[in-house]
Amino acid sequence: MARITSPQPAELQKKTMTINMGPQHPSTHGVLRIEVTVDGEVVKKAKPDIGYLHRCFEKYAESLGDFAKVVPYTDRIDYVSALHQEMGYVIAVEKLLEIEVPERVEYMRVILAELQRIASHLLGIGTFGLDLGAFTPFLYCFIEREKILRILEKVSGARLLYNYICVGGLMRDIPEDFKSDTWEFINGFRPKIKELNDLLTTNSIFIERTANIGVLPAEVALNYSASGPMLRGSGVSWDIRKNDSYSIYDRFDFDIPVGKGEVGTVGDCWDRYIVRVREMEESLKIIEQALDQMPDEGDVQEAVPRRIRSKEGEIYVRTETPRGELGYYIISEKSGPYRIKARTPSFVNLSILPAISKGALVADLVAIVGSIDIVLGGVDR
Amino acid sequence: MMMTTEEITKYLNQRFEGKIEFIEAEVGESWITVSPSILRELAKTLRDDEKLRFNNLMCLSGVHYQKENELGVTYHLDSTIHRHKLVMKVRVPEEKPVVPSVESLWKTANWHEREAYDLIGVTFRGHPDLRRILTPQDWEGHPLRKDYEQQETYHNVTTGI
Repeated sequence: MARITSPQPAELQKKTMTINMGPQHPSTHGVLRIEVTVDGEVVKKAKPDIGYLHRCFEKYAESLGDFAKVVPYTDRIDYVSALHQEMGYVIAVEKLLEIEVPERVEYMRVILAELQRIASHLLGIGTFGLDLGAFTPFLYCFIEREKILRILEKVSGARLLYNYICVGGLMRDIPEDFKSDTWEFINGFRPKIKELNDLLTTNSIFIERTANIGVLPAEVALNYSASGPMLRGSGVSWDIRKNDSYSIYDRFDFDIPVGKGEVGTVGDCWDRYIVRVREMEESLKIIEQALDQMPDEGDVQEAVPRRIRSKEGEIYVRTETPRGELGYYIISEKSGPYRIKARTPSFVNLSILPAISKGALVADLVAIVGSIDIVLGGVDR
Repeated sequence: MMMTTEEITKYLNQRFEGKIEFIEAEVGESWITVSPSILRELAKTLRDDEKLRFNNLMCLSGVHYQKENELGVTYHLDSTIHRHKLVMKVRVPEEKPVVPSVESLWKTANWHEREAYDLIGVTFRGHPDLRRILTPQDWEGHPLRKDYEQQETYHNVTTGI
Protein backbone atom coordinates (compact mmCIF):
# COMPACT_ATOMS: atom_id res chain seq x y z
CA MET A 1 0.00 0.00 0.00
CA ALA A 2 1.40 3.32 -1.02
CA ARG A 3 2.00 5.69 1.80
CA ILE A 4 0.14 8.92 1.36
CA THR A 5 2.23 11.90 2.30
CA SER A 6 0.60 15.26 2.24
CA PRO A 7 2.65 17.97 0.57
CA GLN A 8 3.91 20.35 3.23
CA PRO A 9 5.72 23.24 1.56
CA ALA A 10 7.99 24.96 4.02
CA GLU A 11 6.32 28.36 3.71
CA LEU A 12 2.90 26.92 4.58
CA GLN A 13 4.18 25.58 7.86
CA LYS A 14 5.51 28.92 8.99
CA LYS A 15 2.87 31.37 7.89
CA THR A 16 0.23 32.70 10.22
CA MET A 17 -2.91 34.21 8.77
CA THR A 18 -5.15 36.99 10.03
CA ILE A 19 -8.84 36.47 9.42
CA ASN A 20 -11.99 38.25 10.49
CA MET A 21 -14.48 36.30 12.50
CA GLY A 22 -18.12 37.12 13.01
CA PRO A 23 -21.03 37.69 13.06
CA GLN A 24 -21.57 34.64 15.16
CA HIS A 25 -24.00 35.02 18.05
CA PRO A 26 -27.48 36.27 17.15
CA SER A 27 -26.71 39.33 19.22
CA THR A 28 -23.49 40.05 17.33
CA HIS A 29 -25.07 40.55 13.88
CA GLY A 30 -22.42 42.73 12.27
CA VAL A 31 -21.61 44.64 15.44
CA LEU A 32 -18.62 42.63 16.61
CA ARG A 33 -15.57 41.76 14.58
CA ILE A 34 -12.84 39.58 15.95
CA GLU A 35 -9.43 39.80 14.31
CA VAL A 36 -8.04 36.32 14.66
CA THR A 37 -4.45 35.43 13.92
CA VAL A 38 -4.29 31.71 13.22
CA ASP A 39 -1.56 29.20 12.66
CA GLY A 40 -3.49 26.52 10.83
CA GLU A 41 -6.42 25.78 13.12
CA VAL A 42 -4.80 27.19 16.23
CA VAL A 43 -5.63 30.68 17.47
CA LYS A 44 -2.50 32.70 18.15
CA LYS A 45 -4.28 35.91 18.98
CA ALA A 46 -7.89 37.08 19.04
CA LYS A 47 -8.60 40.79 19.20
CA PRO A 48 -12.19 42.00 19.48
CA ASP A 49 -12.97 45.14 17.50
CA ILE A 50 -15.97 46.98 18.92
CA GLY A 51 -17.73 50.29 18.49
CA TYR A 52 -20.10 49.53 15.62
CA LEU A 53 -23.25 49.86 17.71
CA HIS A 54 -22.21 52.81 19.84
CA ARG A 55 -25.22 55.06 20.35
CA CYS A 56 -23.70 57.64 22.66
CA PHE A 57 -25.71 56.76 25.75
CA GLU A 58 -23.42 58.71 28.06
CA LYS A 59 -23.26 61.82 25.91
CA TYR A 60 -27.02 61.80 25.49
CA ALA A 61 -27.80 61.15 29.13
CA GLU A 62 -25.56 64.04 30.17
CA SER A 63 -27.28 66.37 27.72
CA LEU A 64 -30.85 65.65 28.91
CA GLY A 65 -30.53 67.68 32.10
CA ASP A 66 -33.06 65.55 34.00
CA PHE A 67 -32.51 62.29 35.85
CA ALA A 68 -35.96 60.90 35.06
CA LYS A 69 -35.64 61.33 31.32
CA VAL A 70 -32.60 59.05 31.14
CA VAL A 71 -34.52 55.87 32.11
CA PRO A 72 -35.77 54.88 28.62
CA TYR A 73 -32.24 55.19 27.26
CA THR A 74 -30.82 52.85 29.88
CA ASP A 75 -33.11 50.16 28.44
CA ARG A 76 -31.13 50.24 25.23
CA ILE A 77 -27.83 49.48 26.94
CA ASP A 78 -28.48 45.78 27.31
CA TYR A 79 -31.69 45.17 25.48
CA VAL A 80 -32.18 41.57 26.60
CA SER A 81 -32.16 42.50 30.27
CA ALA A 82 -33.58 46.00 30.06
CA LEU A 83 -35.22 45.87 33.49
CA HIS A 84 -31.86 45.37 35.19
CA GLN A 85 -30.43 48.36 33.39
CA GLU A 86 -33.36 50.50 34.54
CA MET A 87 -33.24 49.17 38.06
CA GLY A 88 -29.51 49.79 38.44
CA TYR A 89 -29.82 53.33 37.21
CA VAL A 90 -32.91 54.12 39.26
CA ILE A 91 -31.33 52.73 42.44
CA ALA A 92 -28.24 54.87 41.83
CA VAL A 93 -30.34 58.02 41.45
CA GLU A 94 -32.47 57.17 44.49
CA LYS A 95 -29.36 56.64 46.60
CA LEU A 96 -27.83 59.88 45.42
CA LEU A 97 -30.96 61.95 45.98
CA GLU A 98 -32.06 60.03 49.08
CA ILE A 99 -35.47 58.91 47.89
CA GLU A 100 -37.22 56.19 49.92
CA VAL A 101 -39.13 53.57 47.97
CA PRO A 102 -42.31 51.80 49.23
CA GLU A 103 -42.06 48.10 50.20
CA ARG A 104 -44.44 46.91 47.50
CA VAL A 105 -42.36 48.59 44.82
CA GLU A 106 -39.18 46.90 46.09
CA TYR A 107 -40.85 43.48 45.94
CA MET A 108 -42.21 44.14 42.47
CA ARG A 109 -38.80 45.23 41.22
CA VAL A 110 -37.15 42.10 42.59
CA ILE A 111 -39.77 39.80 41.06
CA LEU A 112 -39.53 41.51 37.68
CA ALA A 113 -35.74 41.55 37.76
CA GLU A 114 -35.57 37.85 38.54
CA LEU A 115 -38.08 37.02 35.81
CA GLN A 116 -35.92 39.02 33.46
CA ARG A 117 -32.81 37.20 34.66
CA ILE A 118 -34.40 33.87 33.74
CA ALA A 119 -35.44 35.25 30.34
CA SER A 120 -31.94 36.55 29.71
CA HIS A 121 -30.25 33.31 30.78
CA LEU A 122 -32.65 31.35 28.56
CA LEU A 123 -31.57 33.44 25.61
CA GLY A 124 -27.93 33.05 26.59
CA ILE A 125 -28.13 29.29 27.02
CA GLY A 126 -30.27 28.78 23.92
CA THR A 127 -27.97 30.72 21.66
CA PHE A 128 -24.91 29.14 23.26
CA GLY A 129 -26.26 25.75 22.19
CA LEU A 130 -26.99 27.20 18.78
CA ASP A 131 -23.38 28.36 18.46
CA LEU A 132 -22.32 24.77 18.90
CA GLY A 133 -24.88 23.42 16.46
CA ALA A 134 -27.66 22.37 18.83
CA PHE A 135 -30.90 23.79 17.47
CA THR A 136 -33.60 22.09 19.56
CA PRO A 137 -32.60 23.49 22.98
CA PHE A 138 -32.79 26.94 21.43
CA LEU A 139 -36.47 26.39 20.63
CA TYR A 140 -37.16 24.98 24.09
CA CYS A 141 -35.56 28.02 25.67
CA PHE A 142 -37.43 30.47 23.49
CA ILE A 143 -40.82 28.91 24.26
CA GLU A 144 -40.16 29.49 27.98
CA ARG A 145 -38.71 32.95 27.42
CA GLU A 146 -41.81 33.87 25.48
CA LYS A 147 -43.97 33.10 28.54
CA ILE A 148 -41.92 35.54 30.60
CA LEU A 149 -42.08 38.21 27.92
CA ARG A 150 -45.88 37.86 27.89
CA ILE A 151 -46.01 38.48 31.64
CA LEU A 152 -43.71 41.49 31.30
CA GLU A 153 -45.76 42.77 28.39
CA LYS A 154 -48.94 42.55 30.46
CA VAL A 155 -47.20 44.51 33.21
CA SER A 156 -45.49 47.24 31.22
CA GLY A 157 -46.99 47.18 27.76
CA ALA A 158 -43.71 46.41 26.05
CA ARG A 159 -41.86 43.22 25.22
CA LEU A 160 -38.24 44.28 25.29
CA LEU A 161 -37.72 47.94 26.18
CA TYR A 162 -39.97 48.45 29.16
CA ASN A 163 -39.47 51.93 30.60
CA TYR A 164 -41.39 50.61 33.59
CA ILE A 165 -39.23 51.28 36.65
CA CYS A 166 -39.04 54.97 37.42
CA VAL A 167 -37.22 57.05 40.01
CA GLY A 168 -39.12 56.49 43.27
CA GLY A 169 -41.42 53.73 42.12
CA LEU A 170 -43.02 52.13 39.11
CA MET A 171 -44.75 53.68 36.11
CA ARG A 172 -48.09 52.03 36.93
CA ASP A 173 -49.56 49.37 39.17
CA ILE A 174 -49.33 45.70 38.25
CA PRO A 175 -52.26 43.92 36.58
CA GLU A 176 -54.61 41.90 38.82
CA ASP A 177 -53.66 38.48 37.54
CA PHE A 178 -49.92 39.11 37.79
CA LYS A 179 -49.46 36.79 40.77
CA SER A 180 -51.40 33.90 39.24
CA ASP A 181 -49.59 34.31 35.91
CA THR A 182 -46.22 34.20 37.63
CA TRP A 183 -47.12 31.14 39.72
CA GLU A 184 -48.31 29.41 36.57
CA PHE A 185 -44.99 30.15 34.91
CA ILE A 186 -42.94 28.93 37.87
CA ASN A 187 -44.82 25.66 38.12
CA GLY A 188 -44.48 25.03 34.41
CA PHE A 189 -40.83 26.03 34.22
CA ARG A 190 -39.37 23.75 36.94
CA PRO A 191 -39.84 20.52 34.96
CA LYS A 192 -38.55 22.25 31.83
CA ILE A 193 -35.13 22.78 33.43
CA LYS A 194 -34.86 19.00 33.69
CA GLU A 195 -35.64 18.64 29.99
CA LEU A 196 -33.01 21.23 29.18
CA ASN A 197 -30.48 19.29 31.23
CA ASP A 198 -31.27 16.15 29.24
CA LEU A 199 -30.74 18.01 25.99
CA LEU A 200 -27.58 19.96 26.81
CA THR A 201 -25.99 19.58 30.23
CA THR A 202 -25.35 15.87 30.11
CA ASN A 203 -25.10 15.61 26.32
CA SER A 204 -21.71 14.12 25.49
CA ILE A 205 -21.23 16.17 22.31
CA PHE A 206 -21.98 19.36 24.23
CA ILE A 207 -19.54 18.35 26.98
CA GLU A 208 -16.84 17.56 24.42
CA ARG A 209 -17.27 20.99 22.89
CA THR A 210 -17.27 22.95 26.14
CA ALA A 211 -15.31 21.10 28.85
CA ASN A 212 -11.68 22.22 29.29
CA ILE A 213 -12.24 24.96 26.68
CA GLY A 214 -11.49 28.62 27.35
CA VAL A 215 -10.38 28.09 30.94
CA LEU A 216 -10.40 31.28 33.00
CA PRO A 217 -8.54 30.87 36.32
CA ALA A 218 -10.01 32.70 39.31
CA GLU A 219 -7.11 35.12 39.84
CA VAL A 220 -7.11 36.15 36.17
CA ALA A 221 -10.87 36.65 36.33
CA LEU A 222 -10.50 38.97 39.34
CA ASN A 223 -7.61 40.86 37.77
CA TYR A 224 -9.82 41.54 34.78
CA SER A 225 -12.70 42.45 37.09
CA ALA A 226 -14.90 39.76 35.57
CA SER A 227 -18.32 39.45 37.13
CA GLY A 228 -21.53 37.48 36.98
CA PRO A 229 -21.49 33.91 35.65
CA MET A 230 -18.10 34.62 34.06
CA LEU A 231 -16.55 35.06 37.53
CA ARG A 232 -18.67 32.48 39.31
CA GLY A 233 -17.86 29.94 36.59
CA SER A 234 -14.25 30.28 37.73
CA GLY A 235 -15.25 29.11 41.19
CA VAL A 236 -15.45 32.48 42.94
CA SER A 237 -18.55 32.79 45.08
CA TRP A 238 -19.29 36.45 44.44
CA ASP A 239 -22.76 37.81 43.80
CA ILE A 240 -23.56 41.46 44.41
CA ARG A 241 -27.10 40.52 45.46
CA LYS A 242 -25.52 38.76 48.46
CA ASN A 243 -22.04 40.26 48.92
CA ASP A 244 -22.97 43.93 48.48
CA SER A 245 -26.72 43.66 48.84
CA TYR A 246 -29.07 46.26 47.39
CA SER A 247 -32.86 46.70 47.25
CA ILE A 248 -34.31 43.96 49.49
CA TYR A 249 -32.24 41.00 48.34
CA ASP A 250 -30.99 40.37 51.87
CA ARG A 251 -34.48 39.14 52.82
CA PHE A 252 -34.40 36.14 50.52
CA ASP A 253 -32.83 32.78 50.93
CA PHE A 254 -30.89 31.62 47.87
CA ASP A 255 -27.57 30.06 46.95
CA ILE A 256 -24.78 31.24 44.69
CA PRO A 257 -23.93 28.52 42.19
CA VAL A 258 -20.24 28.36 41.26
CA GLY A 259 -18.25 26.36 38.74
CA LYS A 260 -16.63 23.26 40.22
CA GLY A 261 -15.07 21.67 37.17
CA GLU A 262 -17.53 18.76 37.26
CA VAL A 263 -16.77 17.58 33.73
CA GLY A 264 -13.54 19.44 33.03
CA THR A 265 -11.49 22.20 34.57
CA VAL A 266 -12.84 24.93 36.85
CA GLY A 267 -13.60 28.03 34.80
CA ASP A 268 -14.19 26.39 31.44
CA CYS A 269 -17.09 27.04 29.07
CA TRP A 270 -19.19 24.28 30.59
CA ASP A 271 -18.83 25.79 34.06
CA ARG A 272 -20.01 29.19 32.85
CA TYR A 273 -22.96 27.47 31.20
CA ILE A 274 -23.98 25.43 34.24
CA VAL A 275 -23.80 28.46 36.50
CA ARG A 276 -26.47 30.11 34.34
CA VAL A 277 -28.68 27.02 34.42
CA ARG A 278 -28.47 26.80 38.21
CA GLU A 279 -29.01 30.51 38.64
CA MET A 280 -32.40 30.17 36.99
CA GLU A 281 -33.42 27.78 39.74
CA GLU A 282 -32.19 30.22 42.37
CA SER A 283 -34.17 33.00 40.70
CA LEU A 284 -37.29 30.86 40.91
CA LYS A 285 -36.67 30.52 44.66
CA ILE A 286 -36.40 34.29 45.04
CA ILE A 287 -39.56 34.93 43.03
CA GLU A 288 -41.53 32.42 45.12
CA GLN A 289 -40.45 34.03 48.38
CA ALA A 290 -41.11 37.53 47.07
CA LEU A 291 -44.59 36.60 45.85
CA ASP A 292 -45.43 35.23 49.29
CA GLN A 293 -44.07 38.23 51.20
CA MET A 294 -45.25 41.05 48.94
CA PRO A 295 -47.86 43.36 50.50
CA ASP A 296 -51.10 43.39 48.51
CA GLU A 297 -51.91 47.04 49.02
CA GLY A 298 -49.95 50.17 48.35
CA ASP A 299 -49.52 52.95 45.84
CA VAL A 300 -46.55 52.36 43.56
CA GLN A 301 -46.42 56.03 42.61
CA GLU A 302 -46.38 57.25 46.22
CA ALA A 303 -42.69 58.20 46.40
CA VAL A 304 -42.29 59.40 42.82
CA PRO A 305 -41.20 63.04 42.90
CA ARG A 306 -43.09 65.42 40.59
CA ARG A 307 -39.91 67.29 39.90
CA ILE A 308 -36.57 65.81 40.79
CA ARG A 309 -34.47 68.20 42.86
CA SER A 310 -30.88 67.52 41.99
CA LYS A 311 -28.05 67.74 44.51
CA GLU A 312 -24.35 68.25 44.08
CA GLY A 313 -22.55 64.99 44.65
CA GLU A 314 -21.51 61.76 43.12
CA ILE A 315 -22.04 58.07 43.54
CA TYR A 316 -21.15 54.68 42.10
CA VAL A 317 -23.82 52.03 42.49
CA ARG A 318 -23.52 48.50 41.24
CA THR A 319 -26.16 45.86 40.75
CA GLU A 320 -26.10 42.26 39.60
CA THR A 321 -27.46 41.81 36.09
CA PRO A 322 -27.61 38.44 34.30
CA ARG A 323 -24.20 39.22 32.81
CA GLY A 324 -22.60 40.57 35.97
CA GLU A 325 -21.79 43.84 37.63
CA LEU A 326 -23.53 46.84 36.16
CA GLY A 327 -22.32 50.05 37.70
CA TYR A 328 -23.52 53.59 37.22
CA TYR A 329 -21.11 56.35 38.13
CA ILE A 330 -23.12 59.55 38.41
CA ILE A 331 -21.77 63.05 39.02
CA SER A 332 -24.65 65.36 39.69
CA GLU A 333 -24.84 69.13 39.82
CA LYS A 334 -27.62 71.40 41.04
CA SER A 335 -28.90 71.63 37.47
CA GLY A 336 -28.98 67.87 36.85
CA PRO A 337 -26.63 65.09 35.77
CA TYR A 338 -23.12 66.21 34.77
CA ARG A 339 -21.48 62.85 34.07
CA ILE A 340 -23.12 59.46 33.77
CA LYS A 341 -20.84 56.54 33.13
CA ALA A 342 -22.23 53.07 32.65
CA ARG A 343 -19.83 50.30 33.56
CA THR A 344 -21.34 47.33 31.80
CA PRO A 345 -20.48 43.69 32.40
CA SER A 346 -20.43 42.84 28.69
CA PHE A 347 -17.71 45.41 28.01
CA VAL A 348 -15.49 44.16 30.79
CA ASN A 349 -16.12 40.46 30.18
CA LEU A 350 -15.39 40.75 26.46
CA SER A 351 -12.03 42.35 27.20
CA ILE A 352 -10.94 39.00 28.70
CA LEU A 353 -11.36 37.21 25.36
CA PRO A 354 -7.73 37.71 24.17
CA ALA A 355 -6.48 36.23 27.44
CA ILE A 356 -8.53 33.02 27.34
CA SER A 357 -8.54 32.25 23.62
CA LYS A 358 -4.81 31.88 23.07
CA GLY A 359 -4.02 28.40 21.86
CA ALA A 360 -7.65 27.41 21.31
CA LEU A 361 -8.89 25.98 18.03
CA VAL A 362 -10.91 28.26 15.76
CA ALA A 363 -14.02 26.14 16.34
CA ASP A 364 -13.50 26.48 20.09
CA LEU A 365 -13.28 30.23 19.79
CA VAL A 366 -16.95 30.09 18.81
CA ALA A 367 -17.70 28.28 22.06
CA ILE A 368 -15.64 30.74 24.08
CA VAL A 369 -17.35 33.83 22.69
CA GLY A 370 -20.74 32.19 23.20
CA SER A 371 -19.92 31.29 26.80
CA ILE A 372 -19.12 34.89 27.71
CA ASP A 373 -22.75 35.75 26.83
CA ILE A 374 -22.18 39.30 25.69
CA VAL A 375 -24.80 41.68 24.41
CA LEU A 376 -23.25 44.22 22.12
CA GLY A 377 -25.61 46.94 23.25
CA GLY A 378 -23.87 46.57 26.58
CA VAL A 379 -20.40 46.51 25.07
CA ASP A 380 -20.75 49.69 23.04
CA ARG A 381 -23.48 51.55 24.89
CA MET B 1 -10.79 44.12 58.27
CA MET B 2 -13.10 46.67 56.78
CA MET B 3 -11.86 50.28 56.72
CA THR B 4 -13.57 53.52 55.83
CA THR B 5 -12.16 55.96 53.29
CA GLU B 6 -10.98 58.20 56.11
CA GLU B 7 -9.12 55.37 57.84
CA ILE B 8 -7.57 54.30 54.57
CA THR B 9 -6.36 57.86 53.91
CA LYS B 10 -4.76 58.01 57.36
CA TYR B 11 -3.12 54.66 56.82
CA LEU B 12 -1.79 55.65 53.39
CA ASN B 13 -0.53 59.04 54.54
CA GLN B 14 1.85 57.35 56.99
CA ARG B 15 3.70 56.18 53.93
CA PHE B 16 2.95 58.96 51.44
CA GLU B 17 3.72 61.81 53.84
CA GLY B 18 0.38 63.55 53.71
CA LYS B 19 0.26 63.73 49.93
CA ILE B 20 -3.12 62.07 49.78
CA GLU B 21 -6.07 64.29 50.35
CA PHE B 22 -9.36 63.11 51.78
CA ILE B 23 -12.49 64.83 50.50
CA GLU B 24 -15.64 64.34 52.50
CA ALA B 25 -18.78 64.51 50.38
CA GLU B 26 -22.09 65.85 51.68
CA VAL B 27 -24.04 63.81 49.17
CA GLY B 28 -22.98 60.40 47.93
CA GLU B 29 -19.52 58.96 48.37
CA SER B 30 -16.31 60.50 49.73
CA TRP B 31 -13.08 60.14 47.82
CA ILE B 32 -9.34 60.65 47.91
CA THR B 33 -7.40 62.81 45.48
CA VAL B 34 -3.90 62.05 44.39
CA SER B 35 -1.40 63.70 42.06
CA PRO B 36 -0.39 61.86 38.87
CA SER B 37 3.25 61.72 40.03
CA ILE B 38 2.54 59.24 42.83
CA LEU B 39 -0.52 57.57 41.31
CA ARG B 40 1.22 54.42 40.15
CA GLU B 41 3.07 53.84 43.39
CA LEU B 42 -0.12 54.44 45.33
CA ALA B 43 -2.09 52.10 43.08
CA LYS B 44 0.48 49.37 43.66
CA THR B 45 0.24 49.89 47.41
CA LEU B 46 -3.53 49.76 47.25
CA ARG B 47 -3.41 46.47 45.42
CA ASP B 48 -0.63 44.72 47.32
CA ASP B 49 -0.68 46.04 50.91
CA GLU B 50 -1.91 43.33 53.27
CA LYS B 51 -4.34 45.67 55.01
CA LEU B 52 -5.81 47.06 51.78
CA ARG B 53 -5.73 44.38 49.05
CA PHE B 54 -7.85 46.19 46.48
CA ASN B 55 -7.94 43.32 44.03
CA ASN B 56 -10.87 44.56 41.96
CA LEU B 57 -10.88 47.73 39.87
CA MET B 58 -14.63 47.96 39.40
CA CYS B 59 -14.69 51.00 37.20
CA LEU B 60 -12.43 53.62 35.68
CA SER B 61 -14.07 56.72 34.26
CA GLY B 62 -12.82 59.80 32.53
CA VAL B 63 -14.42 63.14 33.43
CA HIS B 64 -14.16 66.53 31.79
CA TYR B 65 -14.21 69.37 34.35
CA GLN B 66 -15.00 72.16 31.94
CA LYS B 67 -15.01 75.05 34.43
CA GLU B 68 -11.53 74.25 35.70
CA ASN B 69 -10.16 73.32 32.24
CA GLU B 70 -9.16 69.99 33.64
CA LEU B 71 -9.58 66.34 32.81
CA GLY B 72 -9.97 63.77 35.52
CA VAL B 73 -9.95 60.04 36.01
CA THR B 74 -11.97 58.36 38.75
CA TYR B 75 -11.06 54.88 39.97
CA HIS B 76 -13.59 52.78 41.85
CA LEU B 77 -11.80 50.12 43.81
CA ASP B 78 -13.13 47.20 45.75
CA SER B 79 -11.46 44.59 47.90
CA THR B 80 -13.25 41.27 47.77
CA ILE B 81 -10.95 40.10 50.58
CA HIS B 82 -11.50 42.85 53.18
CA ARG B 83 -14.81 44.11 51.74
CA HIS B 84 -13.84 47.75 51.65
CA LYS B 85 -14.22 50.20 48.82
CA LEU B 86 -12.37 53.30 47.75
CA VAL B 87 -12.88 56.10 45.27
CA MET B 88 -9.64 57.59 43.97
CA LYS B 89 -9.45 60.64 41.77
CA VAL B 90 -6.70 62.23 39.76
CA ARG B 91 -6.86 65.49 37.81
CA VAL B 92 -4.66 66.84 35.04
CA PRO B 93 -4.72 70.06 32.98
CA GLU B 94 -6.52 69.96 29.62
CA GLU B 95 -3.39 70.95 27.66
CA LYS B 96 -1.25 68.15 29.03
CA PRO B 97 -3.58 65.36 30.10
CA VAL B 98 -1.09 62.62 30.97
CA VAL B 99 -1.94 60.04 33.64
CA PRO B 100 0.12 56.94 34.39
CA SER B 101 -1.54 53.74 33.30
CA VAL B 102 -2.56 51.10 35.85
CA GLU B 103 -3.01 48.43 33.20
CA SER B 104 -0.12 46.35 34.51
CA LEU B 105 -1.75 46.23 37.95
CA TRP B 106 -5.37 45.60 36.98
CA LYS B 107 -5.77 44.17 33.48
CA THR B 108 -9.33 45.41 33.33
CA ALA B 109 -7.94 48.94 32.99
CA ASN B 110 -6.83 48.12 29.46
CA TRP B 111 -10.18 48.76 27.80
CA HIS B 112 -11.37 51.32 30.35
CA GLU B 113 -8.29 53.46 29.72
CA ARG B 114 -8.71 53.13 25.98
CA GLU B 115 -12.28 54.31 26.37
CA ALA B 116 -11.29 57.30 28.52
CA TYR B 117 -8.64 58.16 25.94
CA ASP B 118 -11.08 57.84 23.07
CA LEU B 119 -14.02 59.74 24.55
CA ILE B 120 -12.38 62.23 26.93
CA GLY B 121 -8.83 62.50 25.63
CA VAL B 122 -6.75 61.45 28.64
CA THR B 123 -3.38 59.99 27.61
CA PHE B 124 -2.31 57.03 29.71
CA ARG B 125 1.45 56.76 29.94
CA GLY B 126 2.63 53.17 29.85
CA HIS B 127 -0.50 51.67 28.30
CA PRO B 128 0.56 48.87 25.94
CA ASP B 129 -2.00 49.56 23.22
CA LEU B 130 -3.54 53.00 23.58
CA ARG B 131 -5.81 53.21 20.55
CA ARG B 132 -9.35 54.48 20.14
CA ILE B 133 -11.87 51.81 21.02
CA LEU B 134 -15.39 53.01 20.16
CA THR B 135 -14.87 55.59 17.42
CA PRO B 136 -12.87 55.04 14.20
CA GLN B 137 -9.11 55.51 14.48
CA ASP B 138 -9.18 58.66 12.33
CA TRP B 139 -12.06 60.34 14.16
CA GLU B 140 -11.47 63.95 15.19
CA GLY B 141 -11.92 65.13 18.77
CA HIS B 142 -13.08 63.42 21.94
CA PRO B 143 -16.89 63.15 22.01
CA LEU B 144 -17.48 63.23 25.77
CA ARG B 145 -15.74 66.55 26.27
CA LYS B 146 -18.26 69.21 27.19
CA ASP B 147 -16.99 71.54 24.46
CA TYR B 148 -16.89 68.84 21.79
CA GLU B 149 -17.88 69.87 18.31
CA GLN B 150 -18.79 67.10 15.96
CA GLN B 151 -17.03 67.07 12.62
CA GLU B 152 -19.45 67.80 9.79
CA THR B 153 -18.31 65.13 7.42
CA TYR B 154 -16.43 61.91 7.85
CA HIS B 155 -14.88 60.45 4.68
CA ASN B 156 -17.25 62.60 2.61
CA VAL B 157 -20.33 61.35 4.46
CA THR B 158 -22.30 63.92 6.48
CA THR B 159 -22.57 63.08 10.16
CA GLY B 160 -26.05 64.53 10.47
CA ILE B 161 -25.60 67.95 11.98
